[in-house]
Amino acid sequence: MSALELRNISKHFGAIRALNNVSLTIEPGEVVGLMGDNGAGKSTMVKVIAGNFAPSSGDILINGSKAHFHKPLDAQKAGIEVVYQDLAICNNLSAASNVFLGREPVRRFGPIQIVDYGKMRSRAGELFARLKSETRPRDVVRRMSGGQRQAVAIARSLLTDARIILMDEPTAAISVRQVAEVLNLIRQLSEHGIAVVLISHRMPDVFEVADKVAVLRRGELVASKPASKSSPEEVTGLITGAIETA
Amino acid sequence: MTNVTISDVINRSEHRGALSRITGQQTFWVFVAAVLACLALTLMTDTFATERNLFNVTRNFAFVGIVALGMTAVIASGGIDLSVGSTVVISAMTIGVVMSAGWPFWIGALAALGVSLLVGAVNGILIAYAKMPPFVVTLGMLSVARSLAMVLSNNKMIYQFGPDHDLLLWLGGGSTLGLPHPLIILLILAAITAFAFRWLRWGQHLFALGGNEQAARLTGIAVNRLKVSVYMFSALMAGITGILEVGWLGGVTTNLGQAMELTVIAAAVIGGANLAGGTGTAFGAVIGALLIEVIRNSLILLGISTFWQGTFVGSFIVIAVAFDRIRQARSSE
Repeated sequence: MSALELRNISKHFGAIRALNNVSLTIEPGEVVGLMGDNGAGKSTMVKVIAGNFAPSSGDILINGSKAHFHKPLDAQKAGIEVVYQDLAICNNLSAASNVFLGREPVRRFGPIQIVDYGKMRSRAGELFARLKSETRPRDVVRRMSGGQRQAVAIARSLLTDARIILMDEPTAAISVRQVAEVLNLIRQLSEHGIAVVLISHRMPDVFEVADKVAVLRRGELVASKPASKSSPEEVTGLITGAIETA
Repeated sequence: MTNVTISDVINRSEHRGALSRITGQQTFWVFVAAVLACLALTLMTDTFATERNLFNVTRNFAFVGIVALGMTAVIASGGIDLSVGSTVVISAMTIGVVMSAGWPFWIGALAALGVSLLVGAVNGILIAYAKMPPFVVTLGMLSVARSLAMVLSNNKMIYQFGPDHDLLLWLGGGSTLGLPHPLIILLILAAITAFAFRWLRWGQHLFALGGNEQAARLTGIAVNRLKVSVYMFSALMAGITGILEVGWLGGVTTNLGQAMELTVIAAAVIGGANLAGGTGTAFGAVIGALLIEVIRNSLILLGISTFWQGTFVGSFIVIAVAFDRIRQARSSE
């Protein structure tokens, strides 16, 4: 059964057709590289999946049953998490505090609830170990590498038992070594049966980890095929329109 | 196999020993500076280390210190509160008016704290929900609150406080075990604030908000409510100070707490609160207030004109921020 299925999804903003009849299935543990030029509809698609926008028409199916997302929280409850690159990290807090931000475990002492730092650290440590990331829960995020920051952001989504993780440009603006770290994180997620949608402009990164490539052009899905049967050249052609469909 | 090494790395606690962690704190160096200033003054003058003078110093710095606790919370959350001096006077005036009309102390104190909280709530709501810049909102409130205090008292001095007159004066001006009451209250409030910063979700969220507001929102923290609570906390601290200052002075006029905001901001910033948000400690606020008061006191004792005070306080803010810039520039290299 597919982790996520989009059936004939369209999204119109007035006369503008941001997404037109897009259908795509994503299996558990599958890594899908979603590519397209600026304005091709990638962000709109992510926002539809994440519950920010309701589609104008079409259905979203989670594990085979129809889902209706009215707000991001609905999508989160269905196991869909979005990892925002650096947007959702507080540099001044520790890694553990960041992972648990807004959901800190507490211990009760009468009327007072005290943040349970011990639990936060040990749980965050487990998650980092699962991601095979050398990230220390007590360390302040300010001094961390791009890869470690991604690990923090991803660990946060693991906390809620996400089944599908959407990553928006996770490898933009970080060093080569850090890109390798992030790609490793994606492989770890996939090994744990979590589906990953990787939105990226960076062709080599996508082809390194993706099982499937999906290409959007002017709101239409022009390709959705195994990465092994495609190539960076083909995808570039699809993005620009030099190749019609594949 | 690799798993073992990774979990070793993960479980290794953060860097360095206790000593280097302490010396890495701005608060530590400010504390050293304050101690050195005290030592120097003790040697240079025969008036500093007298019981009378120390009593005065501790009491004076307590007022700035209490307000600085609230200011530290606001600054750490990424905001600023310029209305604290005016909140002090409106609180003082409220308790003065209520008590001089013959009401008991506790009613006057509740009214004063209620008015202060209202001031903070108005600040917070305008900043959080109307999305107005804290600087503008609290600058407006600086003017409004002081003006309301004038309206309330008809700009007259109040020095008769009805049946509980002596209780009020004892609370603000008296001492227990040789410690002036404002100092005792400062220490209690500092302990509570430090606890709240470290151990309550409120504290965690406050620092998260100051670190990255967008992150705080994305992770589902009720940012707007949090902001209102922070400005109310700041106003409450100012309100408590207002009550204590009336008791200490034995009277209240509408120029109480004038230009206090600058000293308080200086105390918070010297104590390690970063004006960009995200850092600050309760202990730092107390130490910052102490250093400023010691310097102020030394100017008087050394016979330097008090006109110089503003120069020192103003320069302190700029220097503290400059140090922070230098440190940031170094750590980002």
